[in-house]
Amino acid sequence: MKLDINGVVRDIDAPPDMPLLWVIRDLAGLPGTKFGCGMAQCGACTVHLDGQPVRSCVLPVSAVGARKVTTIEGISSDGSHPVQRAWVEADVVQCGYCQSGQIMTAVALLEKRPDPTDADIDAGMSGIVCRCGTYNRVREAIHLASRLKRGNR
Amino acid sequence: MNRPRDTQISRRGFMRGAGASLAGLVLSFYVPEQIARAAPVQPKALPPPNAFVRIAPDDTVTVVIAHSEMGQGIWTTLAMLIAEELECDWAKVRSEHAPAAAVYIGPAGGIQMTGGSSTTRGEFERYRQVGAAAKDMLLRAAAARWKVPANKLVVEKGVILNGKQKLRYGEVAEAAMKLPPPASVKLKEPQAWKLIGKPMRRLDSLDKITGKATFGIDVTLPDLRTAVILRPPAFGAKLVRFDGAAALKVPGVEKVVPAGDGVAVVAKHFWAAKLGRDALVAEWQKPEGGGVNSDVLLAEYRKKAQEPGTTVASVGDAAAALSSATTRFSSEYELPYLAHAPMEPLNCTVKIDGDRCEIWTGTQFQTVDQKAAATILGTTIDKVQIHTTFLGGGFGRRANPRSDFVAEAVTVAKAAGVPVKVVWTREDDIRGGYYRPAYVHRMQVATDAKGNPSAWDHVVVGQSILKGTPFEGFGVKDGIDNTSVEGLAESPYLERVSAKRVSLHTMKTPVTVLWWRSVGNTHTAFAIEGMIDELAHAAKRDPLEYRLALLDHSPRFAAALKLAAEKAGWEKPAPEGRARGLAVHESFGSIVAEVAEVSITEGRIKVHEVTCAVDCGSAVNPLGVEAQIQGSVVYGLTAALYGKLTLKDGQVQESNFHDYPPLRMFEMPKVSVHIIQSGAPMGGIGEPATAPIAPAVANAVFALTQKRLRSLPLRLA
Ligand code: FES
Ligand code: FES
Repeated sequence: MKLDINGVVRDIDAPPDMPLLWVIRDLAGLPGTKFGCGMAQCGACTVHLDGQPVRSCVLPVSAVGARKVTTIEGISSDGSHPVQRAWVEADVVQCGYCQSGQIMTAVALLEKRPDPTDADIDAGMSGIVCRCGTYNRVREAIHLASRLKRGNR
Repeated sequence: MNRPRDTQISRRGFMRGAGASLAGLVLSFYVPEQIARAAPVQPKALPPPNAFVRIAPDDTVTVVIAHSEMGQGIWTTLAMLIAEELECDWAKVRSEHAPAAAVYIGPAGGIQMTGGSSTTRGEFERYRQVGAAAKDMLLRAAAARWKVPANKLVVEKGVILNGKQKLRYGEVAEAAMKLPPPASVKLKEPQAWKLIGKPMRRLDSLDKITGKATFGIDVTLPDLRTAVILRPPAFGAKLVRFDGAAALKVPGVEKVVPAGDGVAVVAKHFWAAKLGRDALVAEWQKPEGGGVNSDVLLAEYRKKAQEPGTTVASVGDAAAALSSATTRFSSEYELPYLAHAPMEPLNCTVKIDGDRCEIWTGTQFQTVDQKAAATILGTTIDKVQIHTTFLGGGFGRRANPRSDFVAEAVTVAKAAGVPVKVVWTREDDIRGGYYRPAYVHRMQVATDAKGNPSAWDHVVVGQSILKGTPFEGFGVKDGIDNTSVEGLAESPYLERVSAKRVSLHTMKTPVTVLWWRSVGNTHTAFAIEGMIDELAHAAKRDPLEYRLALLDHSPRFAAALKLAAEKAGWEKPAPEGRARGLAVHESFGSIVAEVAEVSITEGRIKVHEVTCAVDCGSAVNPLGVEAQIQGSVVYGLTAALYGKLTLKDGQVQESNFHDYPPLRMFEMPKVSVHIIQSGAPMGGIGEPATAPIAPAVANAVFALTQKRLRSLPLRLA
């Protein structure tokens, strides 16, 4: 089957029920998307399908169809996306393992809500688990990214 | 400056009073440290700079980190230490993990490892010495080039100046590295520090926000296969037979091999291996006696707690003082088994080549893992190469004296005859053992006319983390595993209690146990801070004032408590519907006081704010300290509100984040961190804020509801 990942169309030879996560990691060789629970509980595996965040660990690859897949590698490889810049400035990461999922979710949240309230952030980000406990700084970075994106800084 | 009295002194005071049986108590808080201290003292030679720092022609300074970066920020702090003395351009500094090798064993000897909140304080001398030695060599190389004395030269941000002449570090690095290191170096005075003590952003951010950081689970090699393992379904269960036929029919599955206590399915990729593992047919022999039930186990612990155990520390006659006292209290505190659940599931990649083997994994225990692999392969540890990747969280789980996840992967790779990456599922992780042990504490306390404790009899019941491991000889003294009791006998609250006894029942169960962020303090702080709060309320005294009165001989504790209380607005009533509780505890050389502000929202405990004051002596990177305190609070709060493993017939009932829930964004309190630079010896920072949060929250719930919650997780009904 054909899969558009980060703008590159690839030929993928995978059983139809194989979760998109493992196609991305093990077949497409893009390890930035992470495995945390395998049951839609932690959000480490979050990618975008046509800009919408999805849990790739429970999405059979056959369900992707023609939709465009974006992974953390497709956000920017040099950290220049405003969300990534905000993440550096707020010094968010600790172990870093959940951060692809945090960033993918935050990017999608800011598309929907360019100037999110704390309640928007609670609603939008609570699906992404961070065992290192970076939540305070994730919140701060999302507010900062919102300002960066809207150019008032 | 009036230096606050070192708490070590007050501990020794208790020691003197109590006699030699206490020897185990003051040794240390964490086993690897104990090992380090037990090792012979090395002659004070300077570390070889070339092993720790490289400077490229383009001026990039690569710092080799002898410990594991698992989120705690040591890639940044250790680099700061070298850069401070090297006087290089911080923008050009990078870090990388060291290989496993003798030169990277901590300065005091022992093993190469990361734990005990020991990295930054343990390496504070060595990494600065390396920076100073490297600078000395670079200056000598430049001096030789210019034919001037080295002491005429100055350095600014990695550029060596001789009047108008300039040489970049990158231009003389190659020559410098060939020079003999200096015999000794003089380190900068603290007043001259430019980096140490300043908030510095992390060096690993860019890799971690672009998906480029390599964790163990991301390792790839030519012909690498992935294995998923079927492990015993219950503690004590034994494999009788298995049938791999159905597994081998799964497309992509290549081999089914025995793996330690279980069976491994080796496949082209994770998904095939997982489907293959699920298709395995295996017969297990039930555990003897039907297997452990946590309810039954805790009932047994409670019964044991009614009698004193092996004496850990004793001063005066606590039993007599209690029986003659008019005001007495008796309380039991309980804590369940906990899994670490690091965000990255455990994994380990192994490639065997004759009598050599290469391992890629996120481990906290390089030397121990090397030995385990060498034993399995019948080779020597110099033939076992370990590549430390980033760790997606450690929390102690990746420091196993038994090297479980590494040993298992070596066994599988050996049996499969191909390079293999063993990957654990989340279910494997939650059910796979090596838990924070369950404990019961029973405290009987008598109070004087003011309500202050006058007699204290403390019984702890729980499993030993170290008995039966290769570390037993170091960490268990006279039958007492220090991790079962740390933080009790040396608590400053007990210092003036004239009749006191701490005793321990060490229980045996088939459940495997391990240290969990802040180790024994996770349970001792909960018990002792809960009891102190009970006494304060019984005496109708303000919980802060009550504690300060008991701590008036421990200025660092008092200062931390006062600061946290002040910043939390303790003097003012909490907002409508909320109340505050506090706790203070010392571990790993740091004292942390926390004030939690809680409400009951929709029948659940909601923590709104946590105010922390931390005295870690001195902070190398305050920004990193803040992150670690916040993270520790989250880790401890998750356990306080939710953490519990239930065993039925030897089987863990919980399996993933739906029934072993982590704290999430919507319930995240605002955690503010106030650092006290007291000038005391530098303490650790990765763990000490974990333990005080559960008692602070429980104490706040009491203030709000008059309901005393004595068991974790905290449940209102
Ligand atoms: S791995 Fe997909 S939600 Fe956890
Ligand atoms: S940074 Fe480690 S899990 Fe979030």
